[in-house]
Amino acid sequence: MTEKNTLVARTQEEALALNVPLQEENNYTTLNLGPTHPATHGIFQNILTMDGERIVSSDMTVGYIHRAFEKIAERRPFYQITTLTDRMNYCSSPINNMGWHMTVEKLLEITVPKRAQYIRVIMMELARIADHLICSSIMGVDTGAFSGFLYVMQEREKIYEIYEEMCGARLTTNMGRIGGMERDLSPTAIKKIKDLVYNSLPKVFAEFEELFDRNRIFRDRTIGVGPVSQEMAMSYGFTGPNLRAAGIDYDVRVMEPYSSYEDFEFDIPVGHNGDTYDRYKVRNAEVWESIKIVRQAIENLPEGPYYANENHYYLPPKHSVYRNMEALIYHFKIVMGEIDAPVGEVYHAVEGGNGELGFYLISDGGRTPYRLHFRRPCFIYYQAFGELIKGGTVSDAVPIMSSLNVIAGELDA
Amino acid sequence: MIDNQRLVEEIGGHFGEKVRQFGENSGILTFSIAPGDLTEVVAFLKEHPVLKFNFLTDITGIHFPDNEGAELCSVYMMHSWENRIRVRIKVFLPKENPVVPSLTPLFNAANWMERETFDFFGILFSGHPNLKRILNMEDMDYHPMRKEYALEDPTRRDKIDDLFGR
Repeated sequence: MTEKNTLVARTQEEALALNVPLQEENNYTTLNLGPTHPATHGIFQNILTMDGERIVSSDMTVGYIHRAFEKIAERRPFYQITTLTDRMNYCSSPINNMGWHMTVEKLLEITVPKRAQYIRVIMMELARIADHLICSSIMGVDTGAFSGFLYVMQEREKIYEIYEEMCGARLTTNMGRIGGMERDLSPTAIKKIKDLVYNSLPKVFAEFEELFDRNRIFRDRTIGVGPVSQEMAMSYGFTGPNLRAAGIDYDVRVMEPYSSYEDFEFDIPVGHNGDTYDRYKVRNAEVWESIKIVRQAIENLPEGPYYANENHYYLPPKHSVYRNMEALIYHFKIVMGEIDAPVGEVYHAVEGGNGELGFYLISDGGRTPYRLHFRRPCFIYYQAFGELIKGGTVSDAVPIMSSLNVIAGELDA
Repeated sequence: MIDNQRLVEEIGGHFGEKVRQFGENSGILTFSIAPGDLTEVVAFLKEHPVLKFNFLTDITGIHFPDNEGAELCSVYMMHSWENRIRVRIKVFLPKENPVVPSLTPLFNAANWMERETFDFFGILFSGHPNLKRILNMEDMDYHPMRKEYALEDPTRRDKIDDLFGR
């Protein structure tokens, strides 16, 4: 029996340099990251092929919580579809709700009063803050720092209290109506919003940033991890903070202003090389910009009605339903879904928490959409994840995934 | 400043009879082309030095069961960030043989969008590297977004709502 040389080389150069035989077949191991894994924050399966500690390739499976929203929407009256949009990106439901209302308003050619537009901007920016708070702090959890998550969770709670004040719900908000808002900003809501954007949030968030921005461990774990070049970002359909981290200043709020975004002064933060740290920094800078927008909106809140005078589409106020026959008729017709929409084909995009959230609506003149398609940003950019983690370790893959802000509900629709 | 009129001139001037049914829906220029011309038109829009449609926003499908011979429609939405203009391309396909070339060589993002469209409408993208279902389970034998598949079980009596005509 001859003695077997146990040393093998992985590459041709190694084989020549060390004078050992080249490894003929690879010793790859297969590792399942997900579907239900605490680090994936949602239900995604990644079957990783590993060479030791390095990821060689990954096979991504999505669709675990697919709920056929597009099919369900084809049988629902327009106002009932709002509840479906809640359940897409559930970290920032009001943005989805408002985006859907604006899409229908575009189809119906309704102009919403200025006050309603400002209230919508406030709610959307608060939702963006809540979304970014979660994403940035979860990145901390994934890199081993739990306290930042708890600090900002308190602020998210305050934002949820404002939602409650506005619509009575916290997570799946169903906020607003086609044609405006369902109720005006109450004095309590105004007080809470002012307290949030002037007092508590700036303080806590500055503290949160101090905790992470120059933290040695956090920087080592994130800088240079999962970089995205500009060409790659555009080819993979990146939008939102992930695209801006690569240095492209595309933002739907500026490109195609909706709901009076043109009235506000704010900057579009961009990063340099699109790595995990840049994505984190861009989100944090966006929180400050959102605070700026909410301050401007709440200070310059116009007077006037908070809904458009469109009896056919806007659910009438409850007190007039009880006292006024026309209001009762419209209430009945709208609730029973007996309102026909005009024929049309519209696409409306809003800047969601993680990118361009688009609604492609085709109406054949009936009570329900003929076809409704959601352009879900994270469904489109998540396909780059396999390429981003290639060559890295599993411990890199986890912060990359959390920095992409992939929300399972939106991905699977 | 590039507007839809200019786009019609540029695209219509270059492709002539190949592009047809120019229309405008809520501000977005829409036109339809034959499946064979798709790659050429999209590459033209992407590489045009002035138009610069650098971004593929979305791919989706629509089913028109009454549209004899062109029941399925594959819709492409492109966006020119520099000129702040969008365009929508429609490719009508027969139900029997819905084949359209894949855009994956031009845009990586087309990969999953086409898989989703295949999954829900059964549109086949030739040249796609991995054309299999993405959101539904793989042993499903129909394409659920087509109109002939009812949302709910049509034999259920308790769901009939004659009173309100739905």
